Amino acid sequence: MARHVVLRAAELPEGESRIVTVRGREIAVFNLGGEFFALVNRCPHEGAPLGLGLRVGLSESDRPGCYSHSRPGELLRCPWHGWEFDIRTGQSWCEPSRLKARAYAATRESGAALVKGPYVAESVPVAVQEEYVVVEV
Amino acid sequence: MTVDVDPRLAVPADAKLRLVDCDIHPIVRSTADLRPYLDPCWHDYFDQFGNFLVSPYTEAHPYPKPTPALSRLDTWPPGGGPPGSDLDFMRAQHLDPHDIEIGVLQVLWPTAARQRNLGYAAALCSAVNDWQAAEWLAREKRLRGSIMVSQEDAGSAAAEIARCARRGGYAQVMVMPRNLEPMGRRRYWPIFQAAQEHDITLGCHVGGLNGYAVTGGAGHCSFYAEEKDSNGFAMEAMLTSMIFEGVFEAFPRLRMVAIEAGLGWVPALGWRLDDLWQRFRGELPAVRRPPSDTLRERLWYTTQPADEPEDPRHLRDLFDWIGWDRVCFASDYPHWDSDDPRHALPVQMSQAERRAIFRDNAMAVYCLG
Repeated sequence: MARHVVLRAAELPEGESRIVTVRGREIAVFNLGGEFFALVNRCPHEGAPLGLGLRVGLSESDRPGCYSHSRPGELLRCPWHGWEFDIRTGQSWCEPSRLKARAYAATRESGAALVKGPYVAESVPVAVQEEYVVVEV
Repeated sequence: MTVDVDPRLAVPADAKLRLVDCDIHPIVRSTADLRPYLDPCWHDYFDQFGNFLVSPYTEAHPYPKPTPALSRLDTWPPGGGPPGSDLDFMRAQHLDPHDIEIGVLQVLWPTAARQRNLGYAAALCSAVNDWQAAEWLAREKRLRGSIMVSQEDAGSAAAEIARCARRGGYAQVMVMPRNLEPMGRRRYWPIFQAAQEHDITLGCHVGGLNGYAVTGGAGHCSFYAEEKDSNGFAMEAMLTSMIFEGVFEAFPRLRMVAIEAGLGWVPALGWRLDDLWQRFRGELPAVRRPPSDTLRERLWYTTQPADEPEDPRHLRDLFDWIGWDRVCFASDYPHWDSDDPRHALPVQMSQAERRAIFRDNAMAVYCLG
């Protein structure tokens, strides 16, 4: 595992996502209310590019006629078959123990901290005064 | 996008499987694309009236659809137009990476087959079939067309089948299970007669908006998920009608493919119909063979949407019951529920079994060899 600088934090505003390539692997990076998360860009069901999926909230109903909606934007709906994954964990909502998208640790770090290393910056030059998204792969 | 092949499915490079995909959906960029192919007699009608279907829905569906254009979110061509409208993008996203040797096109829209004005329906079907030939078949030798016919006007349908069969390039006559009457009724027999006479397969793709509830009499349902599930039992009802009305005895060389209805119901239908046939021979004298024999010998079935039993090995039981020579791979590209041939049907198969399902069975039923 190594820490890879994948984006400048300013490039990924809240609510948005971006597909990056790290060591030949496509990874979808998400900004969720200022926190960053990363999932493999491949649905565990049939391989669809998860990073293109819609971000939705959690709709629930605990009794007939009574609905709730929470966690807006925290679930990712696969762009093919509609399986929903928790952006924070990669777990699928319907079968969390069986279907899981691989999650990678993603953090926001300052250039000043990064330059002390170790890190890998394949295509993102690191400047001391900026903030970056770092993914462990 | 890079996708690792599931190691269970990996085959040696020298034995690489070329696929036949039985269900690819091309579409016009807009219905105006058809105008140049439409008999000029109908241009004024096309401009002034346009679509008017047997159901109350013309530009919309009676049930909500889960994605725009019913398609995978990654299938919108970068050059514009709806998913399935750009041959170059289809090549790059589907035909080339999946090594499709032959793909069978199924045109769903515009619904020329179900226009209420039967004269216009026949003309529009011809336009759709000529559009397929010019815009797809002439430009891509891997593709085969489907002859769209006006199902409620079997005479014109038979004429269109003859016209297109003479031209060639079409793999099948395409019909749908939901009609104004059950498909085995004699008003539809000229379609079967023409298919048999011209030695062209009858493909029945799920769907058909006839205005009736999709539940088969239980009233209109609430959700897309219910409508989607109804595809299997609409196909069952249609096949039951065709079998019990004696269609397969009357047309002994008719071949038929059930497309996009799933597989799990097939063996159970055979068991149940055999049971009924044994008890009610007097009501069904035209039916001379056990219905399960017809399902086993005259029908083929496409895989998508692939059944996903909890234990994937149960797919093998299903193929044993239906017949390994009856099941044909289909992707349904570019629709939202399409199957990726590298990942669908995740069950251990021999090379010969895989070859049958992903290629040879379709080559046989559509006479593609």
